[in-house]
Amino acid sequence: MAQAQAVQAHQSSWWHKNQQQITPWLFLAPGILFFLFYVIFPIFQSFNLSLYEWDGLGKAEFVGLYNYEELYWDDAFYTSLNNNVVWLVLYLAAIPAGLFIALFLNQTVTGIRLYKSLFFFPFVISQVVVGLVFTWFYDPTFGLLNVVLGAVGLPPMNILGDENWVTVGIIVAGLWPQTAYCMILYLTGLNAVDPEQIEAGRLDGAKGWRMLWYIIVPQLRPATFIAFVVTIIGALRSFDLISIMTNGGPFGTSRVLSFYMFEVALSEYGFRMGYGASIAVVLFLIMLAFIAYFLWSMYKEEKAR
Amino acid sequence: MRSMLKTSAAAFAILAASMGGASAEGLTGDLKIFLDTSNPAPRATMEEMIAGFQAKNPDLTIETTVIDREAYKTQIRNFLTANAPDVNTWYAANRMRPYVEAGLFEDVSDLWDGTDLGENLASTKGAMTIDGKQWGVPYSYYQWGVYYRKDIFDELGLSEPTTWEEEKANCQKIIDAGKKCYTIGTKFLWTAGGWFDYLNMRTNGFDFHMDLLTGNAKWTSDEARKTFANWRELIDMGAFIDNHQTYSWQEALPFMVKGDATAYLMGNFAVAPLRDAGLTDDQLDFYQFVEITPGVEMAEDAPTDTFHIPTNAQNKENAREFLKYVASADVQTLINDGKHLGQLPVNAKSSVDNDKFLEQGFEMLSTNSPGGVAQFFDRDAPAEMAKVAMEGLQEFMVKPDNLDKILDRLDRAQERIYK
Repeated sequence: MAQAQAVQAHQSSWWHKNQQQITPWLFLAPGILFFLFYVIFPIFQSFNLSLYEWDGLGKAEFVGLYNYEELYWDDAFYTSLNNNVVWLVLYLAAIPAGLFIALFLNQTVTGIRLYKSLFFFPFVISQVVVGLVFTWFYDPTFGLLNVVLGAVGLPPMNILGDENWVTVGIIVAGLWPQTAYCMILYLTGLNAVDPEQIEAGRLDGAKGWRMLWYIIVPQLRPATFIAFVVTIIGALRSFDLISIMTNGGPFGTSRVLSFYMFEVALSEYGFRMGYGASIAVVLFLIMLAFIAYFLWSMYKEEKAR
Repeated sequence: MRSMLKTSAAAFAILAASMGGASAEGLTGDLKIFLDTSNPAPRATMEEMIAGFQAKNPDLTIETTVIDREAYKTQIRNFLTANAPDVNTWYAANRMRPYVEAGLFEDVSDLWDGTDLGENLASTKGAMTIDGKQWGVPYSYYQWGVYYRKDIFDELGLSEPTTWEEEKANCQKIIDAGKKCYTIGTKFLWTAGGWFDYLNMRTNGFDFHMDLLTGNAKWTSDEARKTFANWRELIDMGAFIDNHQTYSWQEALPFMVKGDATAYLMGNFAVAPLRDAGLTDDQLDFYQFVEITPGVEMAEDAPTDTFHIPTNAQNKENAREFLKYVASADVQTLINDGKHLGQLPVNAKSSVDNDKFLEQGFEMLSTNSPGGVAQFFDRDAPAEMAKVAMEGLQEFMVKPDNLDKILDRLDRAQERIYK
């Protein structure tokens, strides 16, 4: 009798009753804690900081929305914003380029693994190295580019010293590793393409472009989605290449928002934490728009299943 | 090389021993030193110098941290507030102002007032003073000026110019010979600041230059415009190498080494890499930047490197002794000689090493710079203004037609920054 009562008590304890609901939260707790502390909390901190004028040393002075008003009048901010848009658009070229290389490499020839690794190589090396290699390639006096241009009878160019070309020049350097990344995504995607559908398409007379567009590409949707996400994020994080290749120059024309934020708040000449934070907030809102779109389309996909 | 290092280390030890009487001996406790001298030669010099101080104070526990020179410029803000050393390196003038105003540097006026040391360091006292107090001691400085290829000058029958007209005439002949007059790399902007410093100080004088950099004169003023007009004469002649906006100052050196450009307006630190690249002292020479407006007193750029005590330091007494040691005549002589930093000692009692460029620089700064000594564009102007302005200077060098737009922009920035 007594024993039965104990068992009853045990079974009806709070823990026992809610075990199923609580366990996932317990497992998630460390992750949530760190995410709150290192991601969510700093976001609000940045919002808050953007309302102050602070040199990082002395007392912070509350200035309301002054930093944003300042941004509104700041030419350098518009240059950076504009470059961000250029990055977002041109960087997407990595997706079709990656797809075509993947299609090209998706065959069984002796040594194909070696070729695949060679194509993937630029993604493995550091962005800093990529930047340096392209800086030398573009070098107006000793660089290979002008030798090539000269060979086909074009006048020499100073890509990284010309305010109209510099951003494109850096993006091309960035596309080299990014294409490799998209390629690897598509190569794995191609493994999952259903051979029966291709067979069926063949029987119906689909060939070449039609085969690619109507049969292959739709099946690669998940890979395309991921490639799109990482490329957009990559474009918005384009910091290291700019820092290495031009340091934002010539005269600040190759800056993007993330680089401008760094320059204003944290670089050798930067002492404006509040202003930097306001740029960070703008950048955050842009990213938020994309992330919201991704989450929404993912949600739709899940629901459709 | 090794034996040279050894002998100079020994020299420090002997020096330290012989100086014992001058200052307190046998310090105890700790001394934590942060250095930004991460390049090989300055690093070795500092380590030797600290070893000398250690030899003098065997019971003192010295902990030295060398931080990469560029990283140091951002880290200093963290370590001064959070984890302060007892002694740290930095730069004079406006570059130390943010830290002085935030109360992070210790007032060391006691080392300067009424002491022999203060008297011997008098030449840089102005650069170390903010609000009538001194905030550190200098350990080294160096001249700026025109370093040129003497062999090419001889070949073209040119001689060192002293006036603007001669400078331009020389340059025209160099261009006619198919070369460029000046090499420069403006990727990191500050080299353009050097040109502006000199052109403006020679055109309008030291006082106007300082007024402009401290926000008391306008960039759109007639004086400043005159400076840019003079600069434009050189730009329109094609005096500077092409594509300089893509190069760092080091990447611009080969143009001079190969003889494609004949001169370089630079600090004395350019001599070492030029020598390493194979130029001999017969090929390389130095002249003071020429006079532009007759009657304007010559003023020079001579950036000063300094030691400070953070307010949050733990061992301030030891730190003060170290500062005295660093600034003393003998130590200054040794660390600045050709085998070590290859720069100029600040202490008036020190002697300058037997080196062609150091001797000329010392001569120039001590006898032919009546107008004053400036620190450098980005040390005299507040950091934020320096950044915007140097960007404008680079743009002007590439697109001189944008001048009006640039000057308007700088005036607007000035109104915001100096309010």
